[in-house]
Amino acid sequence: MKRMRRTKQRDHVSQTTLDNAFSRRTFAIGTAMGGLGILLAGRMGYIAIAENEKYELESESNRVNLSLIPPRRGWLLDRNGAPLASNRADFRVDIIPDRTTDPEATVDALVPILDLDENQAADVKKRIADSPGFQPVEVASGLKYDQFAAVSVRLPDLPGVVPQRGYSRFYPTGPAVGHLLGYVGPANTEEFEEQDRNPLLITPGYKIGKDGLEQVFEQELRGVPGARRVEVTASGRILRDLDTREDIQGDPVRLTIDGPLQDYAARRIGLESGSVVVMDCKTGDLLCMASMPSFDPNSFSAGIGRVEYSMLRENERVPLRNKVLKGLYPPGSTVKPMHSMAFLQAGVQPEETITCGGGVRVGNRFFNCWSNHGQVDMAKAIYQSCDSYYYRFAQKVGFEKVGAFAKGMGLGQEFELPVTSQFYGTVPSPAWLEEKYDREWQNYDTVNASIGQGYYLTSPLQLAVMTARLATGLYVEPRLVRDGKKPIFQSANFSREHIAYVRQAMSDVVNGPGTAGRGRLPFEDILIAGKTGTAQVVSLSKSDGKTGPWKYRDHGLFVFFAPFDNPRYAGAVVIEHGGGSGAAYPIARDVMTYMFDPEKGMEALLALEEQWGGSAQERLDSQYRAYAASAGEAVPPVPSRSEAIFDQVEAEARVAARRTEEIANDAIVPRPEANPVSAPRVPTPTPETQATNSAE
Amino acid sequence: MSVVPAPVARQPWRMLFPLVALIVFGGLVLYSAGGGSWDPYAASHLVRFFVFLAMAFVMSFFTRDIALVLAFPIYGVVLIMLLAVEAIGFVGGGSQRWLNLGFMQLQPSELMKPAIVLVLARFYATLPIGMIPTWRAIVPPGLLILTPVALVLLQPDLGTSLAIVFGGAAVMFLAGLPLRWFVGAAVAAAALAPIAFFFGLQPYQQKRVFTFLDPESDPLGDGYHITQSKIAIGSGGLTGKGFNEGSQSHLQYLPEPHTDFVFATMAEEWGFIGGVAVIAIFAMILGWGLKVARHSADRFGKLLASGMVATIFFYVAINLMMVMGLAPVVGIPLPFMSHGGSSMLTNMICIGALMMVDRWNRKAPRSGLQR
Repeated sequence: MKRMRRTKQRDHVSQTTLDNAFSRRTFAIGTAMGGLGILLAGRMGYIAIAENEKYELESESNRVNLSLIPPRRGWLLDRNGAPLASNRADFRVDIIPDRTTDPEATVDALVPILDLDENQAADVKKRIADSPGFQPVEVASGLKYDQFAAVSVRLPDLPGVVPQRGYSRFYPTGPAVGHLLGYVGPANTEEFEEQDRNPLLITPGYKIGKDGLEQVFEQELRGVPGARRVEVTASGRILRDLDTREDIQGDPVRLTIDGPLQDYAARRIGLESGSVVVMDCKTGDLLCMASMPSFDPNSFSAGIGRVEYSMLRENERVPLRNKVLKGLYPPGSTVKPMHSMAFLQAGVQPEETITCGGGVRVGNRFFNCWSNHGQVDMAKAIYQSCDSYYYRFAQKVGFEKVGAFAKGMGLGQEFELPVTSQFYGTVPSPAWLEEKYDREWQNYDTVNASIGQGYYLTSPLQLAVMTARLATGLYVEPRLVRDGKKPIFQSANFSREHIAYVRQAMSDVVNGPGTAGRGRLPFEDILIAGKTGTAQVVSLSKSDGKTGPWKYRDHGLFVFFAPFDNPRYAGAVVIEHGGGSGAAYPIARDVMTYMFDPEKGMEALLALEEQWGGSAQERLDSQYRAYAASAGEAVPPVPSRSEAIFDQVEAEARVAARRTEEIANDAIVPRPEANPVSAPRVPTPTPETQATNSAE
Repeated sequence: MSVVPAPVARQPWRMLFPLVALIVFGGLVLYSAGGGSWDPYAASHLVRFFVFLAMAFVMSFFTRDIALVLAFPIYGVVLIMLLAVEAIGFVGGGSQRWLNLGFMQLQPSELMKPAIVLVLARFYATLPIGMIPTWRAIVPPGLLILTPVALVLLQPDLGTSLAIVFGGAAVMFLAGLPLRWFVGAAVAAAALAPIAFFFGLQPYQQKRVFTFLDPESDPLGDGYHITQSKIAIGSGGLTGKGFNEGSQSHLQYLPEPHTDFVFATMAEEWGFIGGVAVIAIFAMILGWGLKVARHSADRFGKLLASGMVATIFFYVAINLMMVMGLAPVVGIPLPFMSHGGSSMLTNMICIGALMMVDRWNRKAPRSGLQR
């Protein structure tokens, strides 16, 4: 302060004042320097001692890289322990877009090494563009060692590319189990967010179940990931392994499905579009739920490719739809034995007859039968599938009662099954009609419903359950998981005589003077019982149901159980637009033949497959190649979320199922019902020829 | 004392012992930073030190008169070299900071740091005392400082420009210029700082300042340096991870572990104790320098010595503040520890100048009569 005064005066600067100023200022500077030194030491103490723990942790997280080892997925086993879905060691390459400087260029660099075609490369690029960046995108899997090694040595030039040796899901029977099991694929962003940002879901090579049982049993199948701790440099180079914890494989899930039977049934459907359900009457075990045409879940694991997607989408037989659960069809005459049981429960005597004169008068209107049956009792009504009988007795008993009984037998019902979704269809009733279409129940509604037409809609699974319940008189519940417990089913309280009567009538359908003469099993001691059905989808003016555009042809149905006197297995076959029940029951016959004698069954199938051009898998592969070759590069990309694909398929399935309602507002003219005459026991070559034979 | 010969005993051991200790310690740290090898950092570090130490000894024999005579020519030569760098950079179509002398890459801006101190000390030593509070005491030195600063800023090298300004300002401050000028300059600087920040700095420099204020905002970009440096220091704890055990430096998480962030490399392996030791050694060296300045008999010696201390101090302070996250990232190495010839040369010139003044002090005991 003294100095301030002095400088104001200006003149009194002397050697002494300068020296004094120097001493003071050097002292001040020295003090400031010392002060800063103490501050720095303090700061360092704060960082190094007070915050040591935090920084030590950060240093460790820098140094140590924890990478998850995706757990091997649990196997899906069939009832005998054979794998329906297993894991296969393979080499794979993923790409993590966030760690890549130029994903497009990186993919272009990988294309020649991995031998990808243009569409595959375009698919990978699209997936990268759609991905949030931190999630790995699969470039290719199932690689040869040479390709894997070629990528590995180029890694320094390919940041963000992760070549791995791992496991990929393998479905030995491919398309046969596509709908039943679903498939696996990388988790999308929504799934990652939903599962609390579980880091496992964004581990390269990790797949979650998408659709079907793979999705339903995700938690059981998942297992516990292993982990590897490695020391890495800042640039990500791994210096050494610190320690490794092995993964724990997910639990296997044992299904009630009989793998070989499932495969057989899928293959036996052949060129047709349809489904086969077989269940065990004693336990409710679903032995087979085949739906064809299908997709190959093995080829979906990287996500659905654009060529494959286009091909599947354009197919009018909707290979993406699980027809066992999401196909709804008018049951047609297949409900007649069940309706007969309803009549019996309502007090109708089996001996009561009506006269079918090519139809019958109900109320003040004449309704046609598909044939002129003359004098018809209940048994004849079943094995000859006489419509008039059902018009008359449904009218007499009242369809409300019959409908309620049908619901008890499983129609219009959902079952407690581990599936992603199932359609439950419709059993029409006056109340339902009022609610839905705001109109009163008419005589022709009774007529239509009594023969399984009109608003009636059922899934193949429901038909199988109905048949099992009808054959056993027990409320059989279907099940898919084999847990070792033997279920006890409630009795439906049908009298023995009634059950035996219906069984016999249904046996006569095949083995007697019925409508499915060629459905007989090639065994002397095992007789199959069943009921044919032909469900009309458009009015007679549009199509005769046998020829013309495929989508206008009649559905062919067949429900069955065997052996007829002590039912062990029951099931249903539904062939979409098969042109009549003649398309369905030979399939049921062969599937049941295979059930009792695999060799005999296989013989019949191989002969057929020779005509069709190979097994289902082979035909799908060649179809794919042909499609890819003709489509070339002009294939549009796939929706980025696979859920979107299946939601769309499901929505379309609902629309498709309701198409038959268009013809439900008047009485239908029933179509000729299958082969009334017994035929030789040789398997006839194709369903097409059978369909033409069947017309009277 | 009798065992030690007089010429040896005369050497400033109070400074030399800590300095050599620091150099050797620095060598060890560089050994570790080089991945546990003498090459490429540690060996050349030690060799350079002893070469430059010899130079400093030679310097210390210069007399005061020689120093006074050479002050302006030296400043002039360094200024011409700065111009030459600009010219070559202009012709070559890109900015550069060094001159290739054939045997070494010389950064003239480094030499300007001691040169500015020398020339200002020379200026104030001969300026009549009466003129201290007048414009004559500030305009010529202002030009002497701003000319090289402008040239260095063109390179652009903000850190070195600041170092030159700091060295020059320290000499002016100690030359006894009125305090209110400094206060006024500080106020003006505070007022102009935002303008200079937005119009004077390059975008990358502005970004560095922002990142300094919030390093976590960009942990993988610019904040990376500060974040990793703090992790290195913080994870060292009290005693460090052990020699050659630093993961931050060895696994290349720490950027520039051998130059700007050598302190972090050291702190990771030697901990808080190592850090305090380094700070203490700097305190001893700088304290000795200040003592030399205070004991100097004349104004030239005082200003020269204290200016050199200020120059070294600036390096140390900015570097340590930077590695501890108290200052933005500016490329200023830590004296005597960082690997690098130019910075070692500058700092050893400063040490040599201090030894020179120390020698003058012995010959001519302090007296108030000499200017």
